[in-house]
Amino acid sequence: MATRYFGAPVKRTEDLRLVTGRGRYTDDIGAGSAEGLLTLEAAFLRSPHAHARIVDIDVSDAIEIDGVIAIYTYEDLEGAAAEPLPVLIPHPALHAPRTNHPLAKDVVRHVGEAIVMVVATDRYITEDAVAAIGVSYEFLPPVIGLTAARAAHHLVHPDVPDNVSAHLVQESGDARAAIAAAPHVLEYTLEIERSCSMPLEGKAVRARYDVDDQSLRVYSSTQTSTSVRAAIAAKLGMQLGKVEVIAPDVGGGFGVKIMHPWPEEIMVPFAARQLQRPVKWTEDRREHFISSSHERAQQHEVRVGFDDAGRVLGLDVTFWHDNGAFTPYGIICPIVTSTQLLGPYKPGAYRVEFSSVYTNTVIVTPYRGAGRPQGVFVMERTMDRIAETLGMDRTAVRSANFIQPDEFPYDHGLIFQDGRPLIYDSGNYPDQLTMLKEMIGWDSFDALQAAAAVDGRRLGIGIGCYVEGTGPGPYEGAHIQVQTDGTVDVAIGLTSQGQGHQTVFAQIVADELGVPFEKIRVVTGDTRRFGHAVGTFASRAAVMSGSAVALAARKTRAKALEVAADTLECSADDLQIEDGVVSMKGNPSVSIPLGQVAVLSNPLRYAFDEAAKAATQFARPTDPSVPPVPAGREPGLEGKDYYSPPRSTFASGMHAAIVEIDDETSEIRIEKYCVVHDCGNLINPMIVEGQVHGGVAQGIGGALYEIMAYDEHGQLQNASFMDFLMPYVTEIPQLELGHQQTPSPLNPLGIKGAGEAGVIPVAAVIASAVENALGMRISAMPLNPSLLHGLRAAAAATAVES
Amino acid sequence: MTESRPAGRRLPVTVTVNGVARTADAEPRRTLSDFVRHDLGLTGTHVGCEHGVCGACTVLIDGDPVRSCLVLAVSAQGHDVTTVEGLGQPDTVTELGPVQRAFRDCHALQCGFCTPGFLTTITAGIAENPTPTRDEAVDMIAGNLCRCTGYQNIVEAVLTAARYAAGDDTPGGPAGHGAAGVEH
Repeated sequence: MATRYFGAPVKRTEDLRLVTGRGRYTDDIGAGSAEGLLTLEAAFLRSPHAHARIVDIDVSDAIEIDGVIAIYTYEDLEGAAAEPLPVLIPHPALHAPRTNHPLAKDVVRHVGEAIVMVVATDRYITEDAVAAIGVSYEFLPPVIGLTAARAAHHLVHPDVPDNVSAHLVQESGDARAAIAAAPHVLEYTLEIERSCSMPLEGKAVRARYDVDDQSLRVYSSTQTSTSVRAAIAAKLGMQLGKVEVIAPDVGGGFGVKIMHPWPEEIMVPFAARQLQRPVKWTEDRREHFISSSHERAQQHEVRVGFDDAGRVLGLDVTFWHDNGAFTPYGIICPIVTSTQLLGPYKPGAYRVEFSSVYTNTVIVTPYRGAGRPQGVFVMERTMDRIAETLGMDRTAVRSANFIQPDEFPYDHGLIFQDGRPLIYDSGNYPDQLTMLKEMIGWDSFDALQAAAAVDGRRLGIGIGCYVEGTGPGPYEGAHIQVQTDGTVDVAIGLTSQGQGHQTVFAQIVADELGVPFEKIRVVTGDTRRFGHAVGTFASRAAVMSGSAVALAARKTRAKALEVAADTLECSADDLQIEDGVVSMKGNPSVSIPLGQVAVLSNPLRYAFDEAAKAATQFARPTDPSVPPVPAGREPGLEGKDYYSPPRSTFASGMHAAIVEIDDETSEIRIEKYCVVHDCGNLINPMIVEGQVHGGVAQGIGGALYEIMAYDEHGQLQNASFMDFLMPYVTEIPQLELGHQQTPSPLNPLGIKGAGEAGVIPVAAVIASAVENALGMRISAMPLNPSLLHGLRAAAAATAVES
Repeated sequence: MTESRPAGRRLPVTVTVNGVARTADAEPRRTLSDFVRHDLGLTGTHVGCEHGVCGACTVLIDGDPVRSCLVLAVSAQGHDVTTVEGLGQPDTVTELGPVQRAFRDCHALQCGFCTPGFLTTITAGIAENPTPTRDEAVDMIAGNLCRCTGYQNIVEAVLTAARYAAGDDTPGGPAGHGAAGVEH
């Protein structure tokens, strides 16, 4: 029996390259070669002010610097490149979309907005030149933070009078009436700060223009090479076929690299075409902080009505989302918050209203979890408050509100971010909770907490539940070709940023096609190999490309069986493929290697090698009355297919943590952290667990440390790794994981996405645990030790006064 | 303003990289990380923050881990530099160095960008302490940032690498519940 790869913890094929220094990230392309020496480098002068009118730009000193080749300002742009960048995902509720230009025109609206591009023979020289450019500004009042944006005393865009870019209301049932009639009502405010993806590789773009055929080849550290390609073609007025975009090895994305086109993705190719030399730009870390994107900042006002059993009868949430200075990526994040807030629960009635507002800060686009951590924070804090009010166990309140296993598919009566109904496909939340309570020791925790208290130790336990819409459409595709030596080339348009796509998609092909895993080579994110794709975001790669790969493999397999059946003079139904060999069922001595089938699929005229020799018209007798390639069949053993889902799949999970708070320093130490998650069928449990580990670590960063410390002038005070605190190994506990698998009925492999799950409930879990440890309310995250120390001191002072 | 720029004076810099003497011209202000990557073409060393915090650019200078973004190329003149490319024979799994092999076996990398800095750091770490405890393994990597893995599997890789380096080939696997990597 052949090995089954789907479901096995197969080691990654990527790793041999990546552990030996042979990965190829965008900044590596051409290094140390003649092309590397010919490559020009770009750097950008970026606004030092949050809001200002550009009065004058003086480049006269800069252009004199030895090695400077060109300097571009907005005035040098023409055609579509001089227009504002696109609103990628328009939405009827986004009534006042605004986007920037590739280089600032007249007014800058956040610190870091690109104003001038310098191209020189060397990066050091570009930076010298940037420093030599003089810009004079007329200052305008900046709008920083949600409170200032809502007050609208000053405006980010003069023609958006209330700073509101979008306003959306969704309602299922009559929530306000249900709350008014409920036995218990609570009302409170909850806040989350800004954070960001912060991949260790920043953005990077490299472009080379071929003068002979007037084509561009662009490498970009992107999560969507096909869309960057389309954007470059549109902005530079080129035919799509004249632009190739490749996402090579990408050093992490976590959402920030799904945004496109970045101004640099237009400007670098623009310069490469104009100068007819390769040009590249590699973002430095400060640039990444001030000119990429952030997420998370929201203020929420919650009203909830519930009964004596803890059941939510009505939930009414109004929130404000800080979208930064522009809205190129639309309003995906607040839409996700507004819908995914519901988690595994079914409130009697639900009303949600949000306003997305402009501020003079870096733009906001999805960061791993994309709006869900905020929504889950709101819902899980609500569950905890209901429990507190009724004196119930926190898990009992959750149980009272769960959607039950026999209620799937469950329709919430809302519209999700993909424009489709919010219908959960499958799940089993009560079982998940049972698993989690067992793992964390929920029922015995009170005794543990009491025993610790005797020793003066403050322990607390917290829980957080989430449901995550994963694998949204519209589609992904795959192409598979069997080579004459039996190797199998697989190409997908979707990109990889370290999730092991070369491995997991090979696992699927190995099973579907019946070939050894080692024979399969997967290429991702290269428009030369696959031109139609959407991108890597929203935990969609496994669901979407995995399904497409399976369908393409099935097509390839069917063709292989047909061709082999012709040769073996039998019916395709009598054949099987195992370990790369097609054989007769029940009579394995009648067989033909798959590589040989690939040879036979292509009746060549020229015998240029042994494989081709076997395939020429002279290799075996043919029927002269029929064409060598039968009607309806193409030469070559290959298959291409696409997968387009009816709607998203819904993964789910629950986390629980035990924390200890140091009584003197307020240090929050995570003693134990347990995760139960359900992403349907697992392609590779090792890789899924790795995704959960990484997600939880980012979640812990978001819960305890990560903020974007803007001052009132719009200066980001912590734009370095010394000041923006991300967890090191010392901050991350050992995780305990439990898998639950409720297959999705929506795709051929029964899978749901797993990439973002780990991060989503962490802030809610930590807040719940700290609250439990200290008996004080936690309403805003992140919560670092000094903040907690202040909260405790304030609470103690209040207690003394009263 | 042009006079404010250093005159572009370039000096020949010779360093022994992964056992091979290499010479290239570099301005005095050029960092060792840029020199190794762009002048010598050894792009395995990665630059994550350019201010010495993330550890991605860590190389060994005379065996000691050093952040190459904080070292000027000219000051490495005459020294031995080991980059990730020098940690093993890169053609097959069996010829990987012990730390490289442990990283693969333990699924201790995802995007791979911070990985070279971890590999060099741990190589120096287990040379100094060949039998680290779990706490010592944590200490060994406590100055390197990884944004993908959550570190758990990297700690496991440190312990596994130490065993491999000592000649104990008992395979390591990913940390935590469930999966142990299957070789294919």
